[in-house]
Amino acid sequence: MQELIKAKAIELLENGTVDRVLGWKTGEFFYDLTPAVFTSREEIEKDFVYSVFSGANLSKYLVKESRKDGKVAAFLKPCDTYSFNQLLKEHRIWRDHVHVVGIACDGMCDMEKIRAYGAKGVLSVERDGDTLKLETLYGPMTMNKADAEAERCICCKSRKLVAYDEKIGEDGDVIENSGRFDMVAKLEAMTPDERYAFWQGELSKCIRCNACRNVCPACTCEKCVFDNPKSGIAQKAAVNSFEESMYHIIRAFHVASRCTDCGECSRVCPQNIPLHLLNRKFIKDINELYGEYQSGADLETRPPLMNFTQEDCEPSVVYERGGKQA
Amino acid sequence: MTMRKDPLIPMIGVVTDIRMDTPDVKTFRVVGLDGKKPFEHIPGQCAMLSMPGIGEALFSITSSPTNEDYLEFSIKKCGCVTTWLHEMEPGRQVTLRGPYGNGFPVDTELKGKDLLIIAGGIGLAPVRSVINYVRANRANYGTLDIVYGSRSKEDLVDYAEIIDEWCKEDGINVHLTIDREQEDWDGHVGFVPNYVKELNFDTSKTVVMCGPPIMIKFTLAGLEELGFRRDQVYTTFELKMKCALGKCGRCNIGDKYVCKDGPVFRLDQMSELPDEY
Amino acid sequence: MKQLALSKLNELFAAMAAQQQLYIPADKGGQAQFLPYVDGMELTKSLNTARSAKDLFFPQTEDIVGFQVKGTEITIEETRDPGAPFVVFGVRACDARSFEILDRVFLSDPVDTFYETRRTNGTVVTLACTRPEETCFCGAFGIDPANPGGDAAAWMAGETLYLKANTKKGEKLLSSLPLLADCDDNAVETVQAEIHAITEKLPLNKLDLTGFDGDHLMEHFNNPAWSKLSESCLGCGTCTFVCPTCQCYDVRDFDTGHGVRRFRCWDSCMYSDFTMMAHGTNRPTQKERFRQRFMHKLVYFPSNNDGIYGCVGCGRCLAKCPISMNIVKVAKTLGEGTK
Repeated sequence: MQELIKAKAIELLENGTVDRVLGWKTGEFFYDLTPAVFTSREEIEKDFVYSVFSGANLSKYLVKESRKDGKVAAFLKPCDTYSFNQLLKEHRIWRDHVHVVGIACDGMCDMEKIRAYGAKGVLSVERDGDTLKLETLYGPMTMNKADAEAERCICCKSRKLVAYDEKIGEDGDVIENSGRFDMVAKLEAMTPDERYAFWQGELSKCIRCNACRNVCPACTCEKCVFDNPKSGIAQKAAVNSFEESMYHIIRAFHVASRCTDCGECSRVCPQNIPLHLLNRKFIKDINELYGEYQSGADLETRPPLMNFTQEDCEPSVVYERGGKQA
Repeated sequence: MTMRKDPLIPMIGVVTDIRMDTPDVKTFRVVGLDGKKPFEHIPGQCAMLSMPGIGEALFSITSSPTNEDYLEFSIKKCGCVTTWLHEMEPGRQVTLRGPYGNGFPVDTELKGKDLLIIAGGIGLAPVRSVINYVRANRANYGTLDIVYGSRSKEDLVDYAEIIDEWCKEDGINVHLTIDREQEDWDGHVGFVPNYVKELNFDTSKTVVMCGPPIMIKFTLAGLEELGFRRDQVYTTFELKMKCALGKCGRCNIGDKYVCKDGPVFRLDQMSELPDEY
Repeated sequence: MKQLALSKLNELFAAMAAQQQLYIPADKGGQAQFLPYVDGMELTKSLNTARSAKDLFFPQTEDIVGFQVKGTEITIEETRDPGAPFVVFGVRACDARSFEILDRVFLSDPVDTFYETRRTNGTVVTLACTRPEETCFCGAFGIDPANPGGDAAAWMAGETLYLKANTKKGEKLLSSLPLLADCDDNAVETVQAEIHAITEKLPLNKLDLTGFDGDHLMEHFNNPAWSKLSESCLGCGTCTFVCPTCQCYDVRDFDTGHGVRRFRCWDSCMYSDFTMMAHGTNRPTQKERFRQRFMHKLVYFPSNNDGIYGCVGCGRCLAKCPISMNIVKVAKTLGEGTK
């Protein structure tokens, strides 16, 4: 797969389709890949990597990249193409300046999970089908790839590429019953006190690094309200833990019905806060109240919370439902 | 354990007088709760003024150390704290801590020299302290030339003091300029850098300069054309500051902290620093 | 040197906690962090805490002073808690070195008394790293994880915990714990040799920092590689906030409705508003902000501090940066320019 992608990148550069390529650059280890722009065959041959550690969603970089002169090729995994579509819908990406190569993905790995599995000092990894063979400072070990997969990939919503100019590899399907709302359902089943305690515990870990916001493809405001000193809520550190809740809850509201559930917020969180659960709660509610909706699946439909139809549920429905559960 | 007072904790000051200098500059007179001058300083040093709940900001001390009764700050209205200060009435308390920074070397490197002071706009604030210090210790210095320019006559800070005191004193040559012609002005018109070149100063002078970065850049080029060396020119910088103690990291440029190692730098020292000011 | 059977570790913790507040690295919320010890709490199996030990001396948020504003008058209210003596157990060699770096900032004139009070109150017991991770590179800064420093150092070897005092504070602590037995100083030589055998194999431990000093300041600053290095930077504060040596802070006021609290909080030079003034900023793009962070650690700080780098090689930024850009990649790229 990596060789096909690198060959495609070189081909697109050399036949003049694009003048630069957005991909993942090799690091010190096998897992620490950095999103990067490549402009020559040499750079691509030397440094371009596509592996189970190419988890970073490149679509948001296109907001900036597509505004530059010339054309950029971007390699997007299925879930990245949903973000891409959503950004197009919000007029954040200049489509004419982008050549999208859709690439198949069968789940990305998460180094934190490999460490949590017990691997220490991991120097290299070799994938053999469903197994990962690890070389570590303390000897070799093997583990199932499934145990190393990122949470967002374990309950992947879709292996289907929803936007591309060309694709590499077999396109997949939307996955019904992905199980991605299981944890949300568990939270809903809790008593309000338990649920409050859960979120208080998680959100109080927040260090306000803003990584979740800065990586989020749905967060592309030129000036975020949390960075605006005149808003009265622009605190770098929370005066109390309530403020941290405010930050995450307001952000979840702001991206509601636009969030494609790409899971980048949870991937980047240095404190391992399961931020995706807030977004999934919104998605689940929207599905139940307004009918099934997958943001970024197409370019035509309007996100339910940005649309009005006569069939929309009355606010009282939401209120009563909430009342019953409380 | 007895705890020392932390340098971040301020003292209370009282604003006893507010003078409107220009449409957007006011000069504030500040004393301590005991009615006396809060602390001693060197020309070019700064102090942190704040109104709790609004914020804290660093300002040059405009008054001369030879003034024994109070501190003065000439402040241009441009951000949160300065807007609040501009709206306040005399008699109010503020918080105060300082003095901070190195100040101009008035008792060492500048002593005995013929001085050329160049200022633009609110840039007069820190050098006014130098000028009045030199006036008070006239015997210690040679000639004093002052080139001061602003957008208009109304934007010349301390105009009354300049006309009524500085201009009338022997041994002081004041050269005023404004950016554009206006009716009640028969003085020089033009930007400071060009005026400095036109005046063709003797290169034996030592220069003290303060103004917007763009003025400093072009004036320096003009001075170099006249034959001045960078090590004859002192200037003072303004960057975002929060602690003024060389710790919070905000005003760090290269291996210098402007709040502690500056704000006064000799320009030959600046050429060894990254161009981030 | 003292020793204790590891099976009695919790008795040791209980004895320390009976004397003063004790913090140990333990697991909570899916990650290791320094927590106030409670009975039965277990030491984490993780090599290091997600956040560094600097939190104990320089917390993310702390009140500096309070004000009451009535009419035209202001009253200052000292809000400071004098604190109490505490012990932190299990600090790794890298974090222990970070205190020396923070000392140079906060204890230099004028002394930051908030930090100073905590340093005076705190006794640091370090723990040797028997199983370093591949991201560790403390060796590049002359730090030896087999001799971890602090007021007292601890080693785990087999079924035994060894402890050795390095300072008077450490001696006072160890001598107050009767359950410790005396033993020979060379008891930890074997485990030290084992640690050194591992550190020899650490891929980044010999990171070459030749040429990172004040003499090459402008050369590094003007290196064209900064554009490429910073191109994917998200401008978040992750690296800064997990870093044991980052100490930039902001001072802000918060009106509680019944008084103003002036507090300070961690800040990041990676943030766009870090140097923002009413008339603009001197670091307008992420490239300048990114460059500032690494230049400060690798060039400006050593230039002002006898060649000591503002990095201890703990590897937290390597593990946590959302885009996997970090000080090792920066140092290697810039290093090529000065060779």
